[in-house]
Amino acid sequence: MKFIYQTWWKVLAVVLIFYTLIAGLQFRVPRLDILHETIRNLYFHVPMWMAMLSALVLSVFFSIRYLAGGREEDDLASVECVNTGMIFYVLGLITGMIWAKYTWGEYWSNDPKQNSAAIAFLLYCAYLVLRNSIDEEQKRAKISAIYNIFAFPIMIVLLFVLPRLTDSLHPGGAGGNPGFNKYDLDSHMRVVLYPAFIGWSLLAVWIASIRYRIRLIENKRHDIN
Amino acid sequence: MKLAGQTIELLKKEILLEWRSKYAFNGVLLYIVSTVFVCYISFNLNPGFKESSGYSIVWNILFWIIMLFASVNAIAKSFMQESKSRLLYYYCIAHPQAIILSKIIYNALLMGLLSVLAFTVYTLFFPNNVNDLLYYLFIVLLGSTSFSTVFTMISAIASKAGNNGTLMAILSFPVIIPVILLLVKVSKSAMDGIDRSLGYGNVGILLAINAIVIALSLLLFPYLWRD
Repeated sequence: MKFIYQTWWKVLAVVLIFYTLIAGLQFRVPRLDILHETIRNLYFHVPMWMAMLSALVLSVFFSIRYLAGGREEDDLASVECVNTGMIFYVLGLITGMIWAKYTWGEYWSNDPKQNSAAIAFLLYCAYLVLRNSIDEEQKRAKISAIYNIFAFPIMIVLLFVLPRLTDSLHPGGAGGNPGFNKYDLDSHMRVVLYPAFIGWSLLAVWIASIRYRIRLIENKRHDIN
Repeated sequence: MKLAGQTIELLKKEILLEWRSKYAFNGVLLYIVSTVFVCYISFNLNPGFKESSGYSIVWNILFWIIMLFASVNAIAKSFMQESKSRLLYYYCIAHPQAIILSKIIYNALLMGLLSVLAFTVYTLFFPNNVNDLLYYLFIVLLGSTSFSTVFTMISAIASKAGNNGTLMAILSFPVIIPVILLLVKVSKSAMDGIDRSLGYGNVGILLAINAIVIALSLLLFPYLWRD
């Protein structure tokens, strides 16, 4: 856990996010029908999901470590990663919904990927409810770690497998998106998009690490010595 | 090899216990029949429903929703009915993986039998011509197996966390939605008699979800049972 006390990656996160904010709004983007300038939202909508995925992958990693070692810190790290993941989840949904309003006409267009995202959101809400339903700390840590590991592959199937099999307005679907598909992502956009992935993911890890450290301090204060 | 032997012994015991009381079987069968009858009466309050254009869509979806609730009720019991001391006894004599495996197989067998009976009762009350009956029945069996694999593990988790019905529903529904979506899609195409090969991709994903869930159950259950 030395990593979370180091500074270099936090500086990197700030630099990358400022870079994507400036470059994302200034650089040249392809001219496409329907999308027009809203294509720049790609730099802000997709990285939210990347950040969420990073946080959730980390939380599964800590859940596995908890089951293997049984240390309480791992459980705290795991739950804080899920909490952070949920923040980015909501941000991803909101950025997507605003974008959908201007390109597809509705905030919620019954798109398979939107629906899947809503279901996966319920999945993690269930995780948080499960945690609240158990009082005993060790039991809570163990059972929620098990559910977290159990839920993760289902979430992957929901978000990244099922929407690709049906007609989706999102790119990558079987029907394809009339306005935008993966072949339209040219090298100009990659220059901004990939750093944005890294920057926002690092920011998610940073938020999670701060929340984790707050939880550690709280635990220490509540300790009976 | 030892695992397989233990699983078979536990499975025999589950079937024997059920055969003696027939509680779960009769209970769920009655549940299904009464639900179907309630639906039958309610839908017949609106004359002309059977001739309406949406009938076949409602028919298919209603069947899966009845199956969903029936299986939640049937499988939620699988860990509740065991008393704490009896569970402790199992853990002393058998491997935890054998316990979860035997529960999954037993639930799949029970739900398979029940879903075929449910389908018979359902078609009796709601006549509908299913073009590819054999394929539809295959999907019904696949569906009941998928419900069993998912709900068995969730009921084990819920039973450890205070054993209430709300928790079981909250935990299982988000997990089962992708399965239900695929089942409705594949069974609709079987009903319409669309070429089977077009649905193989979806059936493949259902099988893959089953494989993932069984693998996860086997991996995670040994951590769950210890108190």
